[in-house]
Amino acid sequence: MVSSARRPFVRHRGRVVALPRQDVDTDQIIPKQFLKAVDRTGFGANLFFDWRADPNFELNRPSARGATILVTGPNFGCGSSREHAVWALAEYGFQAIIAPSFADIFASNCYRNGVLPARLSAAEVETLTRNSAGDQYELVVDLEQQVVTDDRGFEAWFTADPYGRELLLRGLDEIGRTLLEEPSIAAYERRHA
Amino acid sequence: MTRTLFDHIWDAHVVQQLTDDVALLYVDLHLIHEVTSPQAFAGLRREGRGVRRPDRTLATVDHNVPTGERSLPIADTVAARQLDALGSNAREFGIELFDLDSPGQGIVHVIGPELGATQPGMLIVCGDSHTSTHGAFGAFALGIGTSEVEHVLATQCVVLAKPRNLEARISGSLEPGVGAKDLILALIGKIGTAGATGHVIEYTGTAVQALSMEERMTVCNMSIEAGARAGMVAPDDVTFEYLKGRPRVPKGDSWTKNVEQWRELPSEPGARYDTQVTLDAATIGPQVTWGTTPAMVADITARVPDPARLAGAERRAAERALEYMGLAPGTPLQGIPIDRVFLGSCTNARIEDLRAAATVLRGRHVASRVRAMVVPGSQRVKAQAEREGLDQVFRDAGFEWRNAGCSMCLGMNADVLGAGERCAATSNRNFEGRQGRGGRTHLMSPMMAAAAAIEGHLVDVRGW
Repeated sequence: MVSSARRPFVRHRGRVVALPRQDVDTDQIIPKQFLKAVDRTGFGANLFFDWRADPNFELNRPSARGATILVTGPNFGCGSSREHAVWALAEYGFQAIIAPSFADIFASNCYRNGVLPARLSAAEVETLTRNSAGDQYELVVDLEQQVVTDDRGFEAWFTADPYGRELLLRGLDEIGRTLLEEPSIAAYERRHA
Repeated sequence: MTRTLFDHIWDAHVVQQLTDDVALLYVDLHLIHEVTSPQAFAGLRREGRGVRRPDRTLATVDHNVPTGERSLPIADTVAARQLDALGSNAREFGIELFDLDSPGQGIVHVIGPELGATQPGMLIVCGDSHTSTHGAFGAFALGIGTSEVEHVLATQCVVLAKPRNLEARISGSLEPGVGAKDLILALIGKIGTAGATGHVIEYTGTAVQALSMEERMTVCNMSIEAGARAGMVAPDDVTFEYLKGRPRVPKGDSWTKNVEQWRELPSEPGARYDTQVTLDAATIGPQVTWGTTPAMVADITARVPDPARLAGAERRAAERALEYMGLAPGTPLQGIPIDRVFLGSCTNARIEDLRAAATVLRGRHVASRVRAMVVPGSQRVKAQAEREGLDQVFRDAGFEWRNAGCSMCLGMNADVLGAGERCAATSNRNFEGRQGRGGRTHLMSPMMAAAAAIEGHLVDVRGW
């Protein structure tokens, strides 16, 4: 029996903040001076540290308070493999990130921390960015159906990596799952000894 | 079906097929460092799990270490705690560690190849995106997150969906003064920061075959800057020559047997790639970045581009980049004044890089406005350079001669740019704030950085 590592992600309703920039790298998400910690916690307060010094930065706007869904540009999470970036986003409160594309390692880190990286087309992301310009814009992200909806009739199907989707839906302890393959791992080692 | 180099390595490492495209793969070599491992060890401890193969795990300190005087206690107590954590984790789980006082200490992607721990056909992982460096040996080497580091420690396996395979064929040959760094920057400029997302790049073609092992490492190192999962070059005599006699490679008969097996690794004739790009090496000049991603790059003879000529999101990104970089459209790249020079990083701090820069610097002196430093990739590279007298060339030219580490590539230690300072750097990322908050980075080759140090501004090294 494999235990759950975390709460499964099935469906989430939350407030949206848009960050319409491309190539947002993990150095921006959590700068290097915060990587000296030996714990997984304490990163949320320093999310987008440099950019947050600007009072006009998207996350500083009153309408962004309490946002749990980030809508952003292509290649989000590029650069360094630092999982601290996902820890920072999750601790800040983000549960889903919607973008046209994600960097591979970043997406992989999201799936392993209960954060959904959902891919929509650039046009759909642009629509969501426009919609969120007013106050209190909310979306529902349904991972089972792979659909994003709002109360105004927006509806778009998103793509997600099938294995990552399973990790999220089941909140799976991946190491526990792999340890069930012990006989195969041992057999591989014998074949290659 | 004919298979590529990548197919060969992938197939040989499948422990268990989990779904149609996802497999559990065996890891031959797991490299760890102080920054991305402490939480993984804490996870093992919490769950009462051990390290399955400490003998296939190798640790070093690099990201956080001071590169100045090492006989004194580390001034940064938070950094010191992280370094101590790696030491105690390595001891507790029986993992070999190249610590701060070890002659083998260095950047994780420099010491793996140096030891001969990196070998063709291997699957290599590390909690660092520049693990792609090791692909230069015909290995499948990829960066992973800390949760995956914990997974590999516990199971010696990694779970992956098979990436697609991209062939980057670089034909022709590079002209003098143009090198591996220019080649990879030009390719990234061509395909973009996400041009290889979801892919493993295999670099092929005459220009790649002609590269030395260290140059191939420079190319593979920056695969991640084009979004690739990994980069690789088919192993050949250049590879075997480099590896022969290194401490961790097999000796005698088993060396011969290994080389025979390694010769089977390259792609079979007619093997199909999912995607192909081509580039003529003869068209590549020395490259410098002007913006805040490695794809914002141009030939040194070019001018800072005008965002007005771009559309939509590209235009906004370019405008933002130029504002951050403090550059006006149309400014010639040659002549942009610099304050700092950083010669270092897993991209360009091996012995050949130091030799190339020294060739430019010999008998010259750094411009008065410039502060320049060399940070060798490893303590062994440093010792080798000192045997060759290169340290004296650098010192005479006015460079600071440092100890090994990641240093100002990411500025985790005390080596950082001040706000507004402009740096000619041989590293791999010119992101906003990467080398220090408000710092402005121009990426280039070691020879170009050395020439910029002398002139005090960006300059074309050809003809020097």
